[in-house]
Amino acid sequence: MYNFEFKQPTTISDAVNLLKSDEAQALGGGQTLIPTMKQRLASPSTLVSLTAISEMKGICKNDDGSISIGGGTTHAEVASHADIFAGLKTLAENIGDAAVRNRGTIGGSLANNDPAACYPAVALSTGATIVTNSREISADDFFQGMFDTALEEGEIIISVRFPVPTSSSYQKFVQPASRFAMVGVFLSKFADETKVAVTGASEGGVFRWSEAEAALNENFSADSINNLSVDQNDMISDIHASKEYRAHLVKIMTQRAIKGAS
Amino acid sequence: MTEVTMTVNGKTVSGSVEGRTLLVEFIRNDLHLTGTHVGCDTSQCGACAIHVNGKLVKACTMFALEADGAEVSTIEGQANDDGSLNVIQQAFKEHHGLQCGFCTPGMVMAAADLLKTNSKPTELEIREHLEGNICRCTGYHNIVKAILAASGQDVSNIAAE
Repeated sequence: MYNFEFKQPTTISDAVNLLKSDEAQALGGGQTLIPTMKQRLASPSTLVSLTAISEMKGICKNDDGSISIGGGTTHAEVASHADIFAGLKTLAENIGDAAVRNRGTIGGSLANNDPAACYPAVALSTGATIVTNSREISADDFFQGMFDTALEEGEIIISVRFPVPTSSSYQKFVQPASRFAMVGVFLSKFADETKVAVTGASEGGVFRWSEAEAALNENFSADSINNLSVDQNDMISDIHASKEYRAHLVKIMTQRAIKGAS
Repeated sequence: MTEVTMTVNGKTVSGSVEGRTLLVEFIRNDLHLTGTHVGCDTSQCGACAIHVNGKLVKACTMFALEADGAEVSTIEGQANDDGSLNVIQQAFKEHHGLQCGFCTPGMVMAAADLLKTNSKPTELEIREHLEGNICRCTGYHNIVKAILAASGQDVSNIAAE
């Protein structure tokens, strides 16, 4: 790994200022960034750790019933919090392994937008709002493709605000070596609509399966998507699974999520 | 180089490190506590598992400077005060929970982490908690058995494999 200058600010404004320097990079829990730096796929000259900023940590319930999670909150903290809804709890407690969950953060996962990461699915499915140091971004506008988000250079995720669905389910088909999602489906059922977000499957990163959503808004049952399928051409193909297999898994995992949220 | 200070196994230590110095490098190379192993260096295998501020982490995927001011425990701090093996270590010995022993420090640290919050884990809970710890001798069965025994549960009906 190339060397860098390590900074650990304790306030958001200090972090934002430090990130203005050339080749500066924000560091969350480091569970993706550190391995990436070891491979020399990233070589920042300044690394700005966000883990000492206490105002970016923790979980709270807002007056409107939504839940806000600080960007620096670890997966383990999310998984063990009493106010978390079912699908989000399942999602957080199954990321990586116990040691990774003690370091990795929700903000880091969303900012990286790995096409097989779990958190983008819950953010998109619930219609979450990503709160940065300068603005609020809706999840529908935030994810812009593989490893690509609406974040500007130096912009950091302060917190994420989740509307709480009446029921929810996350179904992850695990890639056995990495524990990432080969295909993961997050389903959120609200009083007036159901939203389905799929991670791990598409070349374009996380996406909403709108045909399935329309069918479920008509009739919330696993059978209502029997005749639907996602376009195989958009699917990722690698040594773990072909396009055809991933497309098949999207439907199966969605049906499991429908049953899980019923 | 930057000064870093932390408490390791109850003792205050400090040293001078680069930004890129990994916590496991500081522990092994500067503190000479070589019980914490580096197996894969890609955060898969868990041989470098230690506790930082009471939480299980992989020391190969954390910078030494991130542990500035932290309470760190490694395998060297696990034995009882009189130097005898602690309950988990003793159970690994009795139930043949190690073959080559390379993964053992990480396994013991992961087991200690589990038993802190779940004093009587089921076999499934143990296996789930060890998801990030790899034993390349594939001796998982007896590792799980040792942890069940360390938690005071009856393992007499579990055959050795």
